[in-house]
Amino acid sequence: MARTRRVRLAVWKFASCDGCQLSLLDCEDQLLTLAQEVQIAKFLEATSAEVKGPYDLSLVEGSITTAADAERIREVRRQSRALVTIGACATAGGIQALRNFGNVPEFISAVYATPAYISTLSTSTAIADHVPVDFELRGCPIDKGQLLEVLAAFINGRKPAIAAHSVCVECKRRGTVCVMVAKKAPCLGPITHAGCGAICPAYGRGCYGCYGPADTVNALSLVNAWSAAGGSRAQMHRVLRSFNANAGEFRAAAEALHEDD
Amino acid sequence: MDTQGAAAPGGAVIIGLDGLDALIKALAAGGYRVIGPALGDGAIIFDEIQSAAQLPAGWTDVQAPGSYRLEQRGDGAIFGFAVGPHSWKKFLHEPVLRLWRAQRQSDGSVSAAADPPPAARFAFIGVRSCDLHAVAIQDQVLIGGADKDPHYAARRGGAFIVAVNCTAPGGNCFCVSMGTGPRVESGYDLALTELLGDGRHEFVVEIGSARGAAVMQQVAHRPAQETHRRAAAEVSARAASQMGRELDTTGIRELLLGNLEHPRWDDVAARCLACANCTMVCPTCFCTTVEDHADLTGGGAERVRQWDSCYTLDFSHLHGGSVRSSIKSRYRQWLTHKLATWFDQFGSSGCVGCGRCITWCPVGIDLTEEVAAIRAGQEHGKR
Ligand code: SF4
Ligand code: SF4
Ligand code: SF4
Repeated sequence: MARTRRVRLAVWKFASCDGCQLSLLDCEDQLLTLAQEVQIAKFLEATSAEVKGPYDLSLVEGSITTAADAERIREVRRQSRALVTIGACATAGGIQALRNFGNVPEFISAVYATPAYISTLSTSTAIADHVPVDFELRGCPIDKGQLLEVLAAFINGRKPAIAAHSVCVECKRRGTVCVMVAKKAPCLGPITHAGCGAICPAYGRGCYGCYGPADTVNALSLVNAWSAAGGSRAQMHRVLRSFNANAGEFRAAAEALHEDD
Repeated sequence: MDTQGAAAPGGAVIIGLDGLDALIKALAAGGYRVIGPALGDGAIIFDEIQSAAQLPAGWTDVQAPGSYRLEQRGDGAIFGFAVGPHSWKKFLHEPVLRLWRAQRQSDGSVSAAADPPPAARFAFIGVRSCDLHAVAIQDQVLIGGADKDPHYAARRGGAFIVAVNCTAPGGNCFCVSMGTGPRVESGYDLALTELLGDGRHEFVVEIGSARGAAVMQQVAHRPAQETHRRAAAEVSARAASQMGRELDTTGIRELLLGNLEHPRWDDVAARCLACANCTMVCPTCFCTTVEDHADLTGGGAERVRQWDSCYTLDFSHLHGGSVRSSIKSRYRQWLTHKLATWFDQFGSSGCVGCGRCITWCPVGIDLTEEVAAIRAGQEHGKR
């Protein structure tokens, strides 16, 4: 099934740190193959040369934090046959979504010398909150193996093999001793989406929830277990308020903790 | 050293600590990959070992629902602990296994190659009675029927089993309830009972097979006396009286299948995380999923088999969606399969009472407690 035309790939950046798109450059061995299989039509981290749209596949990194970006993402969607969001910023709003729970004008006046120059929304939101998205690849940052899997799937017209179960499944498959059971460490693994390969528990730390909520989440029960093991509510609140703070189930769990106080 | 009689199938001999070391080395020299208990990450795990010095001498585990911790015993016992986070299925029914790879050739043809089976046979040191029953259950499931799993068969075939009779059952053990322990009865090449105290530290070795007898010819030993056999029986009787939990199995199949709408399922669903840890640690759970991957060019593909679980949403994904979307339906599926419908499917219970699912559940859900609550609720309802 030889393809008649190379897939045109574009990479877009919104509010983000660039780490996820750099995962693409980090693909080393596979990068040359990728460059042969797709036409990299727009990728500012790699080249300033740009091929005009429309594009077959757009990878979108970053969240929507300004009115201009809310407009720009619509244009990106119009130019893209398939749109895949990559990373916690694009799929959940990122760490900058902490603003959603704070007072934005207050931050601005505390941080910037001339607050009047700053034009921003009071929220940081996922791309899918603004336009339809064909696939969301989670992680902060994303895993390059998973990125290649998603690219291969879209290039070859198949479904990406990306599992949505808990991190615990990956943890157990690699034979790691559970840090929650053996060390009483608070771990977000049981409610977090797999993808990283359970790196943190393998180094004796609880999962930080970089990949956001798993397919099934019972945050209340996990929070109860942490608290039975001696965790403070303030600690638990902080754990839930990180890269995926604005992701549905994590946000709800943190809010429930807050209300109880 | 006696050269015949005691070290023959059905016989029993005595070895010391040096004998245990010699046994491990004899197995390794015989071409076995020797796997045994060892300390790792704050637990007693199963790892490759080369000598008895790597065994967790003097350590024990303290287990409770959702809790595991190591402690010094104050003696030098080698096997003074219960089962840990790993089970033998890690080696026999591998967690991640590439089944085959395919490559499109320049002439357009496709070549496919299966990965070769592992070269070395396994020797497992310290297999407990519950785990021996679990291996027998996986044998029944994976190679007992008409369709045999060749990957399991390749690893299981020729595996040398050095069983150990438990001396220190864990807080979550209930093999006595399940009729699976604590004394090993069959299915081993050698079975050890550790005798410790009154200035002695030795092992009664029961010989279970001809190759077990052959290996013992390479290990310094003396014949076991009646007193040794009696001491070994006492060790097991004491262990049987120290079960951490109990499960009343009377009419359990009917109990569970007759109470599919019992309110306790809602209660446990409020606690269950659907994280799948219980199924991953269970030595009898065998479910897998296969993932196909094609590379960027579309010219290379591979199929990978991985442990899966009835707790994931995708597990029951049929056309149109998952048929077990609630946590309640998933917990109920697991427990009723394990303790009830397993009888219909495989002719035995799916639970050997090892307690792993209780210890390694991050929120400490205890199946013995869940069953007891359903039983109590039902009796209450009858009144
Ligand atoms: S360490 Fe965390 S991710 Fe791993 S099994 Fe335990 S709870 Fe799950
Ligand atoms: S269900 Fe639990 S106690 Fe029973 S065999 Fe499995 S892990 Fe062990
Ligand atoms: S019973 Fe425990 S280990 Fe099993 S899925 Fe539920 S929370 Fe996880």
